[in-house]
Amino acid sequence: MNETAVALNKPTPADYRSGIKPIWCPGCGDYSVLLEITKALAALELPAAEVAIVSGIGCSSRIPAYSSCYGFHGVHGRALPVATGLKVARPDLTVIATGGDGDGFSIGGNHFLHACRRNVDITYIVMDNQVYGMTKGQASPTTDPDWDSVLTPGGTGIRPFQPLVIALASGANFVARGFAGDPAGTTEMIIEGIKHPGFSFIQILSPCATFRPDQREWRNLVRPAPVPFTTDPSRAANRIMTDDGFNLGILYRGDRPPYESGRKSEPRDIDAIAEEFVL
Amino acid sequence: MTAGPRPANIAELLTHALALEIEASERYADLAEQMKSHNNLRIAKLFGKMADIEKLHVDHIRKMIERHGVKLSEPANYYWTSPEGPETTDPLDLHYLMTPRQALELARHNEARARDYYAHLATDAQDGETRRMAQELAAEEEEHVALIDAWLAKVPETDADWDEDDDPPFLQD
Ligand SMILES: Cc1ncc(C[n+]2csc(CCOP(=O)(O)OP(=O)(O)O)c2C)c(N)n1
Ligand code: SF4
Repeated sequence: MNETAVALNKPTPADYRSGIKPIWCPGCGDYSVLLEITKALAALELPAAEVAIVSGIGCSSRIPAYSSCYGFHGVHGRALPVATGLKVARPDLTVIATGGDGDGFSIGGNHFLHACRRNVDITYIVMDNQVYGMTKGQASPTTDPDWDSVLTPGGTGIRPFQPLVIALASGANFVARGFAGDPAGTTEMIIEGIKHPGFSFIQILSPCATFRPDQREWRNLVRPAPVPFTTDPSRAANRIMTDDGFNLGILYRGDRPPYESGRKSEPRDIDAIAEEFVL
Repeated sequence: MTAGPRPANIAELLTHALALEIEASERYADLAEQMKSHNNLRIAKLFGKMADIEKLHVDHIRKMIERHGVKLSEPANYYWTSPEGPETTDPLDLHYLMTPRQALELARHNEARARDYYAHLATDAQDGETRRMAQELAAEEEEHVALIDAWLAKVPETDADWDEDDDPPFLQD
């Protein structure tokens, strides 16, 4: 693919990769998501210097390091405040926030609600493996209540967080569910999410090979959503709440105007900015 | 995924073939890196070898492109319906403790898929030249399948406890 793209003078997914080699476990879904993000950026022909990828902490949050775009591997649960601030200050950039279900829905849950509500034009990609991978296998907000593990014998018994419907109810303007093992469908979804104005939320089911080997089954459970996306939030909510969590596709596209700061960003002298921070 | 139009002529067929082989070779190289970082060096070497074999195939197709004076076309219209190219390994199929037999079985699966893909294009080809070239490509993939079969004959069966790890990455109580 690269060679034909080069011959046609187009960017290739490899152009969006840094030289740093991922250290995810073999079989981790995050490898595929990295590929899907770089494929989407190449298809959109966005210059890497005009894209920023912001994350929190977790295995999935390592993505900025593996990309040649600007990146910020920040504080656990705080990808969205950083991404929001960046987009408001630099509306010319394409801002993508990435992370895991623990990062986004547990410690970062409150930021998630308000980012959906603010509807700033960013794309939020959550690699949902229903577990805390990096800290070795604790249950996360999206874990099924009966997932039996060393740390949660007999399961948590707690109803899982429903990210898509919560995003919708909180005001996200684009809601989609992908699967790491569906590169074509997920790449397309990321392209559409980036293009769609306002806050785009994409939940990507991304198996954790090490702590959730049972998720290998996901590839047999996922299927394209039986109906195309709707622009009606109540219909979307009804569909999302009644599916089994394995319908893939763009599920909702809204037309709420995105929040903009109204302030033009002028290039400023770096020394002048630094001076503002002198105590 | 919806299938794009099938390659209608030699130029389109070779564009497809080039894209397919490059994707397969890059993926094997990526998988070798993954295995290296998890210290499964036997499998890293095996995937490295597969990447080299695919690179040779890329060079061969490049020569065919030169010989036929083909101008590369837009690569987006792949005909294959699988999520990626038919010769590309799904990264979800990996395991850090996987055995040589499992890795070879994975590679065999990919090569057989690529062979069937080209054979299918040959059956569907609109002109004799495109048909012959698709058959040639299918025969090359069949050679890869045979090579892997020969390797498979030499490696032991996978033990039932292949994924047991004396020092597993799980947090224990
Ligand atoms: C403030 C703070 N609290 C807790 C942690 C420990 N911690 C690191 S990653 C993580 C959860 C990771 O899970 P998830 O976001 O689902 O990502 P994954 O590793 O599964 O990709 C936690 C609790 C931390 N780094 N910082
Ligand atoms: S622990 Fe799980 S989420 Fe983390 S890299 Fe390994 S497979 Fe991926």
